[in-house]
Amino acid sequence: MIPRYQAVLFIVLLVASVVMGVALWQLRERAHQRLLAGQDSAPTQAPEVAQAEQATLLVANDADGSLLTQVQSLPLPQDPGARARAVLGKLLDLYAAPDATHPIPGGANSIAQVFLMPVPGPDSSSSPDSAAKSPQSTGPELAVINLTGAFAATHPSGLETETLTVLSICGTLHANLPRVTQVRFLVDGQPRSTLAGHADLTRTYLTTDSVPSEGVHP
Amino acid sequence: MRWSKPVLKWALAALAAAGQLAAAQQAPPAPAAPAVRFVVVLDAAHGGGDPGGRLSDGQAEKALTLALSVRLRSLLAARGIQVVTTRESDASVDQDRRAEIANHARAQACLSLHASDTGSANSSGAHLFVSSLAPAGPVRFAAWKTAQASWVTRSVALAGTLNSALLHAGMTVTLARIALPAIDSMTCPAVAIEITPESAKSAGSGQQSTGALDDPDYQARVAEALAAALLEWRTESWRTEAGHTEARP
Repeated sequence: MIPRYQAVLFIVLLVASVVMGVALWQLRERAHQRLLAGQDSAPTQAPEVAQAEQATLLVANDADGSLLTQVQSLPLPQDPGARARAVLGKLLDLYAAPDATHPIPGGANSIAQVFLMPVPGPDSSSSPDSAAKSPQSTGPELAVINLTGAFAATHPSGLETETLTVLSICGTLHANLPRVTQVRFLVDGQPRSTLAGHADLTRTYLTTDSVPSEGVHP
Repeated sequence: MRWSKPVLKWALAALAAAGQLAAAQQAPPAPAAPAVRFVVVLDAAHGGGDPGGRLSDGQAEKALTLALSVRLRSLLAARGIQVVTTRESDASVDQDRRAEIANHARAQACLSLHASDTGSANSSGAHLFVSSLAPAGPVRFAAWKTAQASWVTRSVALAGTLNSALLHAGMTVTLARIALPAIDSMTCPAVAIEITPESAKSAGSGQQSTGALDDPDYQARVAEALAAALLEWRTESWRTEAGHTEARP
């Protein structure tokens, strides 16, 4: 026969174990919720988890000073800004390859940010205020591309090579984001007079100036 | 009868004037006035604190463009062409000042000289650039940043003449449009020329030069071709001017 005090002790310990188990389960659930909440607040969606899509790149060719259309399959996020950055990153990766037709060191990391905003103009519907109210604007957009200082510092200097770089970036943006009609450039977040001594970075480029039909000169 | 001195002077002056008038009426028609002035502006890009591109032999682009400008100026002066340069030494000249010099010269041709040895091995010879501004009609007051718009058509024609001469000299040439502040503000037929090293294939085709940018023979060949093109351009300009003069009532 089990003594009474031992039975009471056993029951108390059993109840304590169950309570502790429930408490641990709840703590685990809370930690899991916090983890999920942290993932949701990440600033960008990783392109690797996005679905692969066809992207049209306008690849510069130094041999004849032309822009050639090239279709590549790569993961593209849905957010237009991240999408623009992914496409331009792929373009600059091609230029950083050893057998590039337009060799530029740096690769995808040379694009720091791409900002998309409505084209400023007299039309009030395209003002920044209205853009803030409706982020999914349908009018023409201005892309502001922030290049890294390292990219500008290592870019080859020359009228043709710099012009081809600028035009291929503008053309590639327009081919994948047709609403982008104008492009401006920053380097390390600051305006800069030229890319590497020649191509003017103070002006706004029109993407229509750089879209060839099939391998034509810029 | 005795003539007073003032009256005698007046009489002699009147006789002399009558004689000149008669001689002018009997003389054959005077030959046509000398052709209009022809001025070329040579803009050696970069200079001073702006070295431009760094060439493979360590030379700065600014030095090579200045050397080419000096060489070309001598050739043009020897052919009787008036030349205005934007810089004669390693001085810093900003883009607006270059355009100001060109516009004050009221030139018939403006060449912005550049050099580069970057890019792929196949990118060789000369690259000719005309402003990417859309052509516009003549205006009385042009906006500074788009002043070239009224001259784009003539600039394209000048690029064609330069292209022919460089091809004739055995060089590879590409033509393109560009947004370049220095030429976008010029009120003259303006072309930016980028000289690159010549490929081994082109350089070896019966030419003595190695095709390297620092090769004096190659520089001389480029300068000769540009001088020949500008002579041809002068002839075309005079022909065009003569056509306009004849068309006037």
